[in-house]
Amino acid sequence: MKALDTWERVLIALIVLVYLGFGLGIDGFFSPFALADSTYNFSEKALIALAMALLVVAGEIDLSIAATMALASLAMGLAMKAGASLPLMLLAAVATGALCGALNGWLVTRWKLPSIVVTIGTLSLYRGLAQVVLGDQAITGYPETLSGWGNGSVGDLIGHPGLIVPLEFAVMLVMACAVGLFLHRTVHGRRVYAIGANPIASRFSGISVDRYRLGLFIFAGVMAALAAILLTGRIGSTRPNLAMGWELDAVTIVILGGVAIEGGRGSIVGTVLAAVLLGSFNFALGMLNVSGIVMSMIIGTLLIVSMVLPRWLKLLRRPATAAFKPA
Amino acid sequence: MKPHPLAALAQVRREWLLLAIITVIVLAVGARAPVFLTWRNALDIGNDSAILAILVMGQMLVLLTRGVDLSVASNLALTGMLCALAGRAWPGIPLVVLLGMACAIGAGLGFVNGFLIMRFNLPSIVVTLGTLSLYRGAVFVSSRGAWVSDQDIHPLIKGLPRETLFGLPMLIWFAAVVVGLALYLLRWRREGRELYAYGGNPSAAVYAGIPVQRRIVMAYTLSGLLAGLSGLLWVGRYSIAFSELASGYELTVIAACVIGGVSIGGGVGTIGGAVLGVLFIGVINGALPVIQVSPFWQQAIAGAVILISVVLNASADRKRGRQILDRPLGPELRSPQGAAA
Repeated sequence: MKALDTWERVLIALIVLVYLGFGLGIDGFFSPFALADSTYNFSEKALIALAMALLVVAGEIDLSIAATMALASLAMGLAMKAGASLPLMLLAAVATGALCGALNGWLVTRWKLPSIVVTIGTLSLYRGLAQVVLGDQAITGYPETLSGWGNGSVGDLIGHPGLIVPLEFAVMLVMACAVGLFLHRTVHGRRVYAIGANPIASRFSGISVDRYRLGLFIFAGVMAALAAILLTGRIGSTRPNLAMGWELDAVTIVILGGVAIEGGRGSIVGTVLAAVLLGSFNFALGMLNVSGIVMSMIIGTLLIVSMVLPRWLKLLRRPATAAFKPA
Repeated sequence: MKPHPLAALAQVRREWLLLAIITVIVLAVGARAPVFLTWRNALDIGNDSAILAILVMGQMLVLLTRGVDLSVASNLALTGMLCALAGRAWPGIPLVVLLGMACAIGAGLGFVNGFLIMRFNLPSIVVTLGTLSLYRGAVFVSSRGAWVSDQDIHPLIKGLPRETLFGLPMLIWFAAVVVGLALYLLRWRREGRELYAYGGNPSAAVYAGIPVQRRIVMAYTLSGLLAGLSGLLWVGRYSIAFSELASGYELTVIAACVIGGVSIGGGVGTIGGAVLGVLFIGVINGALPVIQVSPFWQQAIAGAVILISVVLNASADRKRGRQILDRPLGPELRSPQGAAA
């Protein structure tokens, strides 16, 4: 398996360009603390993007993933209010995430529904439930440990204050390695590709397609819960609009990472690189006082350009393939 | 295989089912709060649903071609903002110019979607996801992040949705005209029928000589045009324009289509169903405050309804052999009794 395909090299070049360009242009960008800070921008999003990448490779999509985060965070808050200990709170969050994912997966596999429709529905449902429970209130007062996980560094945890790698970034890297090994080095990962490339042929060759789909949706729910735990710890509160709109950011990361939206192609390395690229870009623009909405505009443009450019070059090289082929 | 308990419901034509459900809701809410059954309230619901209906007509054209247009809400916001800015800069601007401008900007933005999707053979969901961010950012850039508030909105823009004609508000007339035109296009025009043909079977449509590229661009351009028109009406109705205008509304538009039975898979859906889908959302939103349920329930109910209606749809589709390992039916098994045996 080529870990560094052409697209991954392009992404690496872009990341180097962003860090060099802004590093030379902005004072203090190269300080280790600024670099550590810049990872907060993408660690949580990268976590849900990893799960989203698996789903997209398998030909599915989960637009409810950010709403699942809100529900998982809510479950954690409610558990805290009921007097639960920290492990129980985490359990509540993970169980809620898994349950949300299982509902998505059940609807998709049992009723043979397109996942985009199902997850638009559950997006409304989960976000709506969070709004019903919370109204315009917020849950605050989370324990110190949780905030330490969200804001702390690996050094704090093992007693080396010099090691300023943020804990969230470390968690993201570990999960990326795990998901990458699963997708690229195990039989199950190959099956995920097969399902995305041709679900009918996969079914005929003895892969239990629906079981894999269900499993991937549940995994997406669990990853959403993990991201929710870190995000809740970092910002210290649960609001109904927690992680609002992140599902589109996750999809953008996945597509920019070179995963084909129609399934069957893509890599975890690319996804992580895309997350790093977008995160560092956002951070640099933030240091330049560019407003968030302009950043999202640039990201939207990047998304379109990253799709159009390879195809445009191909069209230039071989004009004969310009004929329209229906999907 | 035992018949599914929902199978009987799936036999009924979906539009009638939806109409029956809406009627039951209206009567049930009316029984608890008679104010819900008044003409005044019907006008309110109609007014609130009009813009959604216009957007749904555009989205439906795109859904028929197996695509989806996620950028409608951003398009609406950008067009609305540009119209508001134009109205502030030129106080003497006539209404016709404003309307033409809204339609032209909207159609232009929609054309960009269609062009990218057609020319580079890209998945519509990704392209419109990109333009969603792009257009939304453009709203911010064009206004420099500032709000255009009530006193700066041109009186003609504000007046437009408030006019009445033959006792009905102008908004409802706009929606009615758009629905009428969409009905004409999809039922009696060749271009409209070709959208169904393409959505039903894209390859067959190409071999049948349908100019599919032009039809796809047409669908996205019309969707954009209607989003632009909605932008002008939205800014007029709420008399404010800002960066987050109608943010996230694209999901409501798609929800109304799905509830109304327009298939995301393409080629399936009627204007009647789509209008009922809009009405359903309008009635629910209108009913919640009347029966003193917190408006926070709105979104959760909409989500639950989408899920229920797609599951109902799926049990209707099941008969058509979507399953991979279904046995092929012999001629003697084609009758319903034979299949159940």
